[in-house]
Amino acid sequence: MSGHSTYNPTSGFGKFMDKRLPLARLVHDSFVSYPVPRNLNAFYTFGAILMIMLVSQIITGVVIAMHYTADAGIAFESVQLLRRDVSYGGLLQNWHAVGASMFFVAVYVHIFRGLYYGSYKEPREVLWILGVIIYLLMMATAFMGYVLPWGQMSYWGAQVITSFFSAIPLVGETIREYLLGGYSVGNATLNRFFSLHYLLPFMIAGIVILHVWTLHVTGQTNPTGVEVKSKQDVLPFTPYATIKDAFFVVLFMMVMCYFVFFLPDYLGHADNYIPADPLKTPAHIVPEWYFLPFYAILRAIDFNIVVPFTEIVLIDSKLGGVLAMFGAIVVLFFVPWLDTSDVRSTNYRPMYKIFFWLFVINSIFLGYLGSRPAEGIWIPLMKASTFWYFFHFLVIMPALGFFEKPLARPASITDAVLAKASNSGASQIEGTAAEPNTKG
Amino acid sequence: MSEHTHDDATRRDFLYIATGAAGAVAVAGIAWPLVSQMGPNAREQAAGAPVEIDVSEIEAGQLITVIWRGAPYFVRKLTEVEIKAADDAQQSEFRDFQPANERIAAAEGATPQWAIVAANCTHLGCVPTKVDTGLNGWVCPCHGSIFDVTGRVIKGPAPINLPLPPFVFASEDTLIIGTDQA
Amino acid sequence: MKTLFSRLAKHAVVAVLGASVLVGGAFAAEEDGGTPHYPLQKPREQSWSFGGPFGHFDKGQLQRGLKVYTEVCAACHSMNLLSYRNLEDLGYTTDQIKNYAAEYEVTDGPNEDGEMFERPARPTDRFKGPYANDKEAAAANNGALPPDFSLLAKARAPERGFPTFIFDVFTAYAENGPDYIYSLLTGYQEAPEGKEVGEGLSYNPYFIAGTALAMAPPLSDDLVDYDDGTPQTVDQYAKDVSAFMMWAAEPGLPQRKQQGFIVLLFLAVFAGLLYFTKKKVWSDVAH
Repeated sequence: MSGHSTYNPTSGFGKFMDKRLPLARLVHDSFVSYPVPRNLNAFYTFGAILMIMLVSQIITGVVIAMHYTADAGIAFESVQLLRRDVSYGGLLQNWHAVGASMFFVAVYVHIFRGLYYGSYKEPREVLWILGVIIYLLMMATAFMGYVLPWGQMSYWGAQVITSFFSAIPLVGETIREYLLGGYSVGNATLNRFFSLHYLLPFMIAGIVILHVWTLHVTGQTNPTGVEVKSKQDVLPFTPYATIKDAFFVVLFMMVMCYFVFFLPDYLGHADNYIPADPLKTPAHIVPEWYFLPFYAILRAIDFNIVVPFTEIVLIDSKLGGVLAMFGAIVVLFFVPWLDTSDVRSTNYRPMYKIFFWLFVINSIFLGYLGSRPAEGIWIPLMKASTFWYFFHFLVIMPALGFFEKPLARPASITDAVLAKASNSGASQIEGTAAEPNTKG
Repeated sequence: MSEHTHDDATRRDFLYIATGAAGAVAVAGIAWPLVSQMGPNAREQAAGAPVEIDVSEIEAGQLITVIWRGAPYFVRKLTEVEIKAADDAQQSEFRDFQPANERIAAAEGATPQWAIVAANCTHLGCVPTKVDTGLNGWVCPCHGSIFDVTGRVIKGPAPINLPLPPFVFASEDTLIIGTDQA
Repeated sequence: MKTLFSRLAKHAVVAVLGASVLVGGAFAAEEDGGTPHYPLQKPREQSWSFGGPFGHFDKGQLQRGLKVYTEVCAACHSMNLLSYRNLEDLGYTTDQIKNYAAEYEVTDGPNEDGEMFERPARPTDRFKGPYANDKEAAAANNGALPPDFSLLAKARAPERGFPTFIFDVFTAYAENGPDYIYSLLTGYQEAPEGKEVGEGLSYNPYFIAGTALAMAPPLSDDLVDYDDGTPQTVDQYAKDVSAFMMWAAEPGLPQRKQQGFIVLLFLAVFAGLLYFTKKKVWSDVAH
């Protein structure tokens, strides 16, 4: 948020640097004196959790890359060498693999939090779009990372995902060959995936900086959806947000450690413990859990789209599936304009609240469907669930803004906080109305 | 009242210090595996176990190069003439003098006639070439350091003698490099 | 914040219930027909010394498992990723391992004359497999490649199904692989009436990829001599070799669980301290 800086260097060196490279001032303004709404709940700590996850993935990734060999002949073995013979190698590899999953757990909570509290609405459209770009880059990074151990799922996952591009009319096959660096998934593919898997996280880090920058320009949303109006509405980032973030980061780490140390294989797939074999496809090719909803959408389109009353195929089922899948992500870019309601927080939107939770359930269900074989009852369920996914964004979101009667919203954040405090019978109403004591 | 706030402040300080200390432990706990993984891995360590060499077929004046832990070592059987020359050489001829008998080894009960030295020049690590002109035993091709037949440096730039690896003779014909315990 | 949590919790309960009703319905529908799903029978869950948060390997059991592997399984199955030196984990001394390794001849070289030569294996060598390569292994077994043992206990995990896979998170169940191997080894039986079993195949309802597999029942009572008085039954052999394969797939399993226990304990304390610090910091503002 704007406002002049409160950074005041005291040491000689501090003053010297402040005139030349005011890095300390930047850090102070962004992470110490930066004002945050005082009513943020636990779901707002997931930004910090994601930051930690990104750093943790980059550090463990750099470290295990010291032991990994990107060669189709020995990649699988080099991962096993890491796990068996390198000091703490098993821990580092589990941490990186489970970390990828946990990164997505956190990002999904973060995205749904944004959807619930209307964090994409004016003036935060760019903030939201940068977030969707980060999400896309995360998916690319995770996919390429999953290929590196060169197990059966790695290989066949690469086979399936790169085949998406061959659905593009005319140039599809050529594009695929260029992606693979060969006529099929092979050593060249593995090498370029390793290169890109190493590069993309740093691109993510770059966009995260922009994401945080826009956040600090527009300020955070908060559960009331009412913008910050006075100094009473906010608290300095340090110590208030820092300590809260730290607490929830550690809670999140406990969940992560539980998986890393006790269920390291739970989130992965057993077939990836079999070395890649181009001649034998696993019985069920299933992507990692965080891609499952999109995988369900891909397979929901099993029909050609034809010109009505003719048999001329406009979009065949393969291209249709790929388009639907990419559409499911592209639609996220337009969310700021698809939502026509001017009420930010879902707390004050009684109808949208129902649809929001339906959407959450539907997304989880899509994920479950993604893990099911495309047969029998599952196919119509995939279709219904896919339909609801798009219906939510393309129909419900725009329409509700016109029909819904929102609840009364508080005049300010402070009002909301005080109302809550008096409801719960807190005795310190008077104290809270005053300027918060920032001495900690 | 003032006492109460004082107690409060102490309790608060204790809490903050304890939390900070736990944070420091967490950082150390994270750093430990990250540093630990840098060392030689178990396979490397196992492969770095002492090596056994059968020296029965090496003639006097001959030299073999042995690899232990990825680095070369010279095992040279000295002729009587070479041993005599090394014994007789003056301290002033060397840059880093050591008596010859400290550098010539053998199995228990056998005549000492083995020079077992690291094969990387102590200057910048090149592998010296074997020569046998008088006292000279090796010449480094990189920067011209000269060593005698027992690996003592005669002429720089190498500052010190070729180091001796840990070794032991298990029997007259079996040399083990990598340990000095039989 | 508390109210928010409780409200969310209510929503979450509704969500989970809703999802289970939907999924449950789907399941009921699935059972009516369609393509069969393997294995026909779920693995029978055993109690393993390495299960649970304090899991550890039973060295005696691993040594028996190694014996079964060496005398029976190793005739067809390789174990490429392990070296003889790894047997230290089983409680063997360096000399015992040297002797065990020396019973195998491995190809080394080229020597000074440029020729490959045979020499007794050393502890640093990988376990020598029964065949020179996969093609030879398949050719010697009617085209069915006997899978490598190194990671098999982790590479075989029959689907747990809904809602078991959710309970597994809380019970920390990760013994799917050994349960499967044990069930398979003890699960050979007569094919039911009317079930066609292909030439050279043996019916086994626990098999993950069909109704019958190319491996004939490999174990029989008293096939391997145990010198520690353990019963020499198929059941015991199967259990021991399954445990051995779990060790082969992840020798570091006990250390991982120990570390996990310490880490979680520490994090719990750390989280507690942070919670009280946070309370203190926020004590003078309503939020």
